[in-house]
Amino acid sequence: MGLTTIDWVIMGVYFAFVLGIGAALKRYMKTSMDFFLAGRSIPAWVCGLAFISANLGAQEVIGMGASGAKYGILTSHFYWIGAIPAMVFVGIFMMPFYYGSRARSVPEYLRLRFDEKTRGLNAVSFATMTIFSSGISMYAMAKLIQTLHFLDAPFRALGLPQSWIFHTGIIVSALVVLTYIYLGGLTSAIYNEVLQFFLIVAGFIPLVWLGLKNVGGWAGLKATLGPSYMHSWVGMGNPHTNRLGVEWFGLAMGLGFVLSFGYWCTDFLVVQRAMAADSMASARRTPLIAAVPKMLFPFLVILPGLIAIALPTQAPPIINGPQGSSVSAPAGQGLIPAKLDATTGQPVLDNNGHPQLDYDLAVPNLLLHYFPTGILGLGLTALLASFMSGMAGNVTAFNTVWTHDIYEPYIRPGAGDAHYLMMGRMATIFGIALSVAGAYLATRFNNIMDMLQLVFAFVNAPLFATFLLGMFWKRATGHGAFTGLLSGTFAAAIHHGLTLPENAIPGIKGGWLAVLHTYPSEMAQNFWTAIFAWTTCFVVTILVSLFTKAPEESRLVGLVYSLTERPQEGHLSWYKRPAYLGALIIAATVMLNLVFR
Amino acid sequence: MGLDIRLPIGMLFTIFGIMLIVFGLFSNPALYAQSLGININLAWGIVLLVFGAIMLFLGARSMFFSSRPAATPDPEGREPRH
Repeated sequence: MGLTTIDWVIMGVYFAFVLGIGAALKRYMKTSMDFFLAGRSIPAWVCGLAFISANLGAQEVIGMGASGAKYGILTSHFYWIGAIPAMVFVGIFMMPFYYGSRARSVPEYLRLRFDEKTRGLNAVSFATMTIFSSGISMYAMAKLIQTLHFLDAPFRALGLPQSWIFHTGIIVSALVVLTYIYLGGLTSAIYNEVLQFFLIVAGFIPLVWLGLKNVGGWAGLKATLGPSYMHSWVGMGNPHTNRLGVEWFGLAMGLGFVLSFGYWCTDFLVVQRAMAADSMASARRTPLIAAVPKMLFPFLVILPGLIAIALPTQAPPIINGPQGSSVSAPAGQGLIPAKLDATTGQPVLDNNGHPQLDYDLAVPNLLLHYFPTGILGLGLTALLASFMSGMAGNVTAFNTVWTHDIYEPYIRPGAGDAHYLMMGRMATIFGIALSVAGAYLATRFNNIMDMLQLVFAFVNAPLFATFLLGMFWKRATGHGAFTGLLSGTFAAAIHHGLTLPENAIPGIKGGWLAVLHTYPSEMAQNFWTAIFAWTTCFVVTILVSLFTKAPEESRLVGLVYSLTERPQEGHLSWYKRPAYLGALIIAATVMLNLVFR
Repeated sequence: MGLDIRLPIGMLFTIFGIMLIVFGLFSNPALYAQSLGININLAWGIVLLVFGAIMLFLGARSMFFSSRPAATPDPEGREPRH
């Protein structure tokens, strides 16, 4: 592929800006509040775009394109069912407690509402998960750089071995993210996320435009791919009549309720962006503002996957096998090549002996297909930006939770603010170092999305039950929450251990205890794991709470719905009121579902 | 925070826009067989430039109106304009 000077200059300018923003913000980082919560001074629209951009990491841009190619328009459920309702809910109902309480993080809210052990459990599991996610992001980025071969020529010119490209990708992305967060903390991460948001949009609109023009627009896509790709609801009555292999109930409950609310309403990675807002009204508007682009993203990230699979199949590419040998790959479909084993260089076959497709290459290959040099630099920069924003979101969430919820309470309580500010910077460094280690571990699944969903299901699925009861039932107790969370995670693991997707081998895909039930797809299994975890946590929390001593009501003011004053919003113009905004967003989402049913 | 994010965004997109426009004007037309015969560098460069200019304008306007006591960066004084 032909990268020329202009592409490199575009990437260089982008890196200069990213680092420059960090450097420009350094002088504002005076207290730990500045570093971890951006001094609570960010306007709503900036928080909103950062909220969406922190989530717009590798799993989004590459993973959703991959899912688009694999499942078609059904992928939009991850947005319209799997995000929007939860984003509206967190803005209208939950933000008053997050922003209004004295909590500086989500685990800290759990300490105020419940007790120390619930916070500790959540803090440790969350910190681990952020490291893991940022490692996956880094891995995916390095892998992509390697697969696209755009560093091959410069490396040859410099006389460096090609195997260093992967390591270089990891080290460089780690260093850039490290530098700008180290310097400017959360503000720097948020500002860069907004910049990255616009870049991703700017890189993907021309791609979708050219692609759609080429395949003959929506009608052309429909004619080439057939109805199974083009509907989001038709065929959802039965797992065997749609491409996801999930029935509507599992989808609505598993993805739409448990996983989605578990992520958007309790994950500090996104909630932190809203906590940085300059006022309660702005904090509540943050997820609502974010919901607007989120609603439209399917057109930007799923359509490229559909276009890639609809194009005429390309001749099998000549690829570099191990030890520099050239092998001819088996044919893929559209622009999507067959998947090759990372170590042997041989095609990966499914149980029926057919080569599996490497769906994660749908979007990158589409970029290479349509973008000549010049805009290609912009497109690649957009991809890099998406990886970095996903990584940075995890890193800022990690350094805050580590410092406020692990280091301060358990390792060194009572030190001065300057000490914790320093610890936040240190946590940024070793958090990224741990992510690098994580990056070298992440190699198992074809689809990054599936893997993240699995991790999610164990840790996050029970969480939303805890928050729901914590915020809306004043009788819920610390012992109840703690046992509920543990048993929820345990239920998830047991369920995963007892079930298996069709055609899968017992092991990491499930069934490691015994196979009691077979699901039509891995996704159905994930959704049901989440449903089991949530229900277990919900029931156990209620039961244990009823048998333990009720918390004092005076302690719960500002933390529980029935004991907290409603935020005043009479002075706001209608378009700034969360309830109106939320209703508009829900109505628009329903419309989209009807149009693309 | 004392830095309006619209300024760096505006600057970056203006630079990208100008680069793509200039490159689009002087590059070999054969390059654009790939992008369906459309000079995508020129076309998209113009869009980026317009967007960058709007962001610069908005950022500069809010700087001009709200940071008069510029000596102390005051977070409270900068309510967003929309």
